[in-house]
Amino acid sequence: MPERVVSDVVCPFCGCLCDDIEVVVRENRIVEVREACALGTAKFMSLSVGERITKPLLRVDGSVRQVSLEEALKEAAKMLADAERPLLYGWSSTECGAQAVGVALAEVLGGVLDNTSSVCHGPTVLATQDVGCPSCTLGQVKNRADLIIYWGCNPMQAHPRHMSRYTTFPRGFFRERGVKDKKIVVIDVRHTETARLADRFIQVELGKDYELLAAMRAALKEYEIPEKVAGVSRKDILEVVELMKNCQFGALFFGMGLTMSFGKHRNVDNAISLVKDLNAYTKFIIMPMRGHYNVAGANTVFTWETGFPYAVDFSRGYPRYNPGETAANDVLQNEECDAALIVASDPVSHFPAKAVKHLASIPVISIDFHHTPTTEISKVVIPAAVAGVEVEGTAYRMDTVPIRLKKVVEPPEGCLPDREILRMLLEKVCEIKGVETPVVKHA
Amino acid sequence: MTELKRLEVSLITGRTIEQGEAIEGRKMAQGYVEAAGVVYLDPEDMEELGVWEGDVVRVETDFGSVLVYARRSPDAPHRGVAFIPMGPWANAIINPSTDSIGMPSFKGVKAVVTPALGEEVLDARSLLAKLRGG
Repeated sequence: MPERVVSDVVCPFCGCLCDDIEVVVRENRIVEVREACALGTAKFMSLSVGERITKPLLRVDGSVRQVSLEEALKEAAKMLADAERPLLYGWSSTECGAQAVGVALAEVLGGVLDNTSSVCHGPTVLATQDVGCPSCTLGQVKNRADLIIYWGCNPMQAHPRHMSRYTTFPRGFFRERGVKDKKIVVIDVRHTETARLADRFIQVELGKDYELLAAMRAALKEYEIPEKVAGVSRKDILEVVELMKNCQFGALFFGMGLTMSFGKHRNVDNAISLVKDLNAYTKFIIMPMRGHYNVAGANTVFTWETGFPYAVDFSRGYPRYNPGETAANDVLQNEECDAALIVASDPVSHFPAKAVKHLASIPVISIDFHHTPTTEISKVVIPAAVAGVEVEGTAYRMDTVPIRLKKVVEPPEGCLPDREILRMLLEKVCEIKGVETPVVKHA
Repeated sequence: MTELKRLEVSLITGRTIEQGEAIEGRKMAQGYVEAAGVVYLDPEDMEELGVWEGDVVRVETDFGSVLVYARRSPDAPHRGVAFIPMGPWANAIINPSTDSIGMPSFKGVKAVVTPALGEEVLDARSLLAKLRGG
């Protein structure tokens, strides 16, 4: 059987967007994935072994039946057009073209548009809007950084190649000896796999990151600090601050340990402020470890189309942004939305029970390629081709560098790209509403 | 009768490699239960609670209760901190409050762990059915 090796494939799993993957294809099936981590491999391989959806489904009175794409779209358009305040959620695991059509659809519907950053780095966005964010590309980190700090994140489990591609192990232009030229510090509540690889581990008490950051900022400015802060001794704090001050180029990466713990956006605000303070002494940058491969793209596309990166409410006819009122969990938990369109996401698995309860009680349309608990509660399920494997497109890496995704194999018959499905849905909704279909650029 | 032992913890959630692999098209399979229907506990906490690797335990918060398998944490010591990978099991009991910024409180929820020998850990589908029924 002839095999074909596709090289320089971009992995559509996490925000690392590794672009050196080799995929071996036999008769339009992926049989081997090289260079990718366990997470990336699982995604590529899941297309042929996973619980793939290949036919549009309609759920009526508890029973499911296969329908034509036309019928599924018609039903979906009607559900959305009939709703007073539909929620359009997901978007981070698809390419930018689909996101752009999603924005147009939300505007026509007067709906609430949100992406997964509201349960991920939404607090980071809020902090950035308050205090800015001194950052750079991952290439700069690789070539220049001699101090890497991972705070409240565990890349060995969540971004398995982050350390080997961008920070710790690669040789850089000014870091010819690779790991020998760098110091790694991990600050976490658990002694994680990442921490075990670090030169220095600081165990912070759960929910006390803000205090530790504040103590570091105080120490940096040569104020007296207490004997112990957030479970960390003064000696340890002073030593880490010295490391930070005296490095040539420092990079602080942070994750959900800051955004989800008590303090949330205030933790991130303080971390960014620490990095700003450090720039009085040396070059220092900070970067969020973005989870979904194109969540940074969702923020980018939403911003250029509406002015806001997530939690955008069109119900007044113009975009309004107020996380706490207009994010997916707010409108679900407050039982404000009366229908939902979920694109490439599984909120039933990843939202708190209170939000899921409401979601399960309203009409839901899913556009996805796998069966998930969310497709399980959906009235209409539309099968999609997988962006980055079966469809080309653009995605933004965690450092907001746009990268072109490759098409590796043909999608199963009847599975269209998200952007095509959404375009048809937009057309049908406009027909019902009696408005002209907007032209979506960049899609 | 001896009183049932209980362990007070702060609960956190997050990604693990096993969870990340299982969500790719295998969410309805048993593998997802084994990856995300588990709680990682400090080995000393487990000893105090009297549970072994693989025992079923009940984790209860102000927001709900869920049955999961106990796992010996590879990231110890972290006495008093319990970790359930992100997914339907964790989300059955975490604090939904968004603190007026849209982000639920996924980390740092006060919880009580008790042994639940003889009870069964539900799969994703049954968990959802229970949620819809309740």
